[in-house]
Amino acid sequence: MAAYGIDVDILIVGAGPAGLAAAVAAKEAGIDNLVILEREDHPGGILRQCIHNGFGLHRYNEELTGPEYAQRDIDRAEALGIDIRCGTTVLSVEADHTVTAVSTSRGLETYKAKAIILAMGCRERPRGALGIPGSRCAGIYTAGTAQKFVNLEGFMPGKKIVILGSGDIGLIMARRMTLQGAKVLACVELMPYSSGLKRNIVQCLDDYGIPLYLSHTVIDIEGGERLTGVTVAKVDEHRMPIPGSEIHFDCDTLLLSVGLIPENELSNQAGLEISPFTSGPVVNDVFESSVPGIFACGNVLHVHDLVDYVSQESTEAGKAAAEYIHRESFDGKNVQVMDGNGVRGTVPQKILLNEEKKVNLMFRPSGVFEKAQAVVMQGDTVLVKKRAQIFTPGEMVVIPLDTTKLSGEEPIRVSIEKV
Amino acid sequence: MQKKVLIIGAGVIGCAIARGLSRYQIDLTVLERGHDVCEGASKANSGIVHAGFDAKPGTMKARLNVEGSQQYEAFCRELGVPYSQPGALVLAFSDDEMKTVQELYQQGIENGVKELSVLNAEEVLALEPNVNKEIKGALLAKTSGLVSPYELTYALADHAAVNGAHFIFNQEVRSIEKIDNGFTVKTQDNQYETDIVINCSGVSSAILHNQLSDDKREIIYRRGQYWLLDHDVNKLFTMTMFQCPTKMGKGVLVSPTVHGNILLGPTAEDIPDSQDTNTTAEGLANVLNTAKKTWPGINTRTGITSFSGIRAHEKNGDFIIGQVEGVSGAYETVGIESPGLTSAPAISALLVGIIEKNEQLTPKDDFKPAVPLPKPFNEMNDDERRQAIAENPLNGKLICRCEVVTEAEIRAAIRRPVGATSIDGVKRRTRAGMGRCQGGFCSPRVAEIISEELGIPMTEVTKSGNSSKLLVGKLEDSFAEV
Repeated sequence: MAAYGIDVDILIVGAGPAGLAAAVAAKEAGIDNLVILEREDHPGGILRQCIHNGFGLHRYNEELTGPEYAQRDIDRAEALGIDIRCGTTVLSVEADHTVTAVSTSRGLETYKAKAIILAMGCRERPRGALGIPGSRCAGIYTAGTAQKFVNLEGFMPGKKIVILGSGDIGLIMARRMTLQGAKVLACVELMPYSSGLKRNIVQCLDDYGIPLYLSHTVIDIEGGERLTGVTVAKVDEHRMPIPGSEIHFDCDTLLLSVGLIPENELSNQAGLEISPFTSGPVVNDVFESSVPGIFACGNVLHVHDLVDYVSQESTEAGKAAAEYIHRESFDGKNVQVMDGNGVRGTVPQKILLNEEKKVNLMFRPSGVFEKAQAVVMQGDTVLVKKRAQIFTPGEMVVIPLDTTKLSGEEPIRVSIEKV
Repeated sequence: MQKKVLIIGAGVIGCAIARGLSRYQIDLTVLERGHDVCEGASKANSGIVHAGFDAKPGTMKARLNVEGSQQYEAFCRELGVPYSQPGALVLAFSDDEMKTVQELYQQGIENGVKELSVLNAEEVLALEPNVNKEIKGALLAKTSGLVSPYELTYALADHAAVNGAHFIFNQEVRSIEKIDNGFTVKTQDNQYETDIVINCSGVSSAILHNQLSDDKREIIYRRGQYWLLDHDVNKLFTMTMFQCPTKMGKGVLVSPTVHGNILLGPTAEDIPDSQDTNTTAEGLANVLNTAKKTWPGINTRTGITSFSGIRAHEKNGDFIIGQVEGVSGAYETVGIESPGLTSAPAISALLVGIIEKNEQLTPKDDFKPAVPLPKPFNEMNDDERRQAIAENPLNGKLICRCEVVTEAEIRAAIRRPVGATSIDGVKRRTRAGMGRCQGGFCSPRVAEIISEELGIPMTEVTKSGNSSKLLVGKLEDSFAEV
């Protein structure tokens, strides 16, 4: 039956860890008329296929698998009676808070929401974006697609594997494929450092003797119908292949783990301002985007390293959306947050000067910095510092800022400097 | 007994001719080397319906281009294939190139192209503000159009099949031999007897021609590499932008596609292997560097794929269409490169006319008109979508979210008269997997649907036929060989 103009207080797009945590927080803050729309037939998001452990160390102080971590949120949401509508794809989100979605069971529906929380997650960068030349044969997968085939469908995509990129999913799949009897010949990384977590380099490559080729890339893909080999070369400081450094691998599969991109088609449609640094919406410290009443959290906002931070951030976003409904706006003065040296894509981009609070500033280092400190400055005043033995792009940095230290509306700048 | 007619090659030309001949009382078969229709140059080209100012006056190319271009809109409408006519510019960046533009204008007039004009720099920038500001002027051809070459070819094949044409795939013709009252056509593992043979084999067309004729032909394999960029939400360009042509062809273009992406390319490289559709680092870099002249603000961050196709360039430079000289019952289309896609309606009309007359074919009484393809879900409004889901709830199940393709559409693509049998076949028929994630999300689900529809195990599902299997086995068998 077709339905027109369903009124809800809060509509959440996506029932992954971000959407679930936001829904639970909003419900606990007293919002009863809320709905989550989820494209897949089950809630849980990408965690459903992440059957390895290591999730929840910060949030629960224990090591859970992806499905276990997701199940705790699903259980919580179900206990609160939250309406999760699976098999429902959102086709459009408008700036006036109209949302159009389709499903097999309910057809096309139009929702009108007081507040919207975008929690669509991210997607993997495909081969095409890299322009790797060669054959367009079968046997080339993003690591996440391969993970879906193996962990959810029960199929092996290949037996002799080269992995391009050292993102976390690629590293996890190196171990997964090895344990399943495949031979992982190499993990090839363009940059002089890995973009994955240190613990994954150790536990997924080193422990299995899989070589990591830093400052290397794939320069040719061979194969008529199915992949038969790839050529890898060392790159110079401009990331250009160095002639004579080629290494050839006979393999039947190339997995790509070359970056994640926040999935912001709906955000673009709604006219949200998008940051060129995070590729996610520009938000203030309550995760409200440039369109009032539309919030964003989780990997659609910026790509996280740990799901624990996604849950934390999304809980804040859920609470804020609930508060928005009570007070109807978050207007007021704010302070801009700028990226300084060594910092890329700090979230939030704005801090509201409405009350005293602690705000977590989150960012990825733009390179590797040893014995350094992250510094937050307003003008010449140092607001907060955080030291570390090493900062790497693979690990998100979180700096809590006490807003009582802010003085006036002058922008603050986050940077990394040598100690 | 109906005459047996065998078409070699199921590209846009072979399928257009098959569809033309399916009006007659004949026993019609199309042999194709690939696993599907449209596996050669027809799937990998610019998708431009050229206005017709490029070809030298008096050539077959000039005549059939202009005729084809005029027929295109109706040709596509009848089949329900997307077509648009945004126009094209040939950009000049120097006084010398302005002379070329003037020459193209004159040539176009001579070829019978309508709605041509020469613009100055201001006029160009008013139409296309993102063009390089160093522009001197341009030729404007308002009749230049855009088509999806594979969607057109699939629609032609379907219409032929509905009217009785048999398509046989994975058969590579090795030889054609003249026998009494006909021909024996041998493939790698079969042979076919036929009364009439029609060579539409693209890059292989000269090899097959030379088996029947002493007047030898030669095809040069000229590869063209392309970059495809994501949907152009900002509408950076509305028209196809050519640079001034060179001896090797029309040069690198920057063009919207009929589906709203931006296409850059092609290169023109003569290569020894007719099947080498690999892209190369040099080729792709060349496309970008050359396209920058047209569009200095080019941004490859939005690149979603790169690909290449091979032009069948006949050494003498023109199309060869007609009966193979001195061999009755043998017909051919040799050297069909650009503007071959544009000329397809005119080429098929010309050759079908010749065959009808020579072979005294009788029209069918029960020829079925084309049924236009249904409107894609992606292009429907809310009411149309409600209706589509009411008719088939599987239209409420989105499989490809980048291009908004439903499960109902994917199943329908597999069930078409000449249906998809592979991931690529589904992709080109429905656009599932054509978007910015390049099938990362939808390809496992598409594979399942193919497996269900065709009744084959998942491990037999291919990307593009034959040995291009997606999966090497089931998880529980993965240690079996160790």
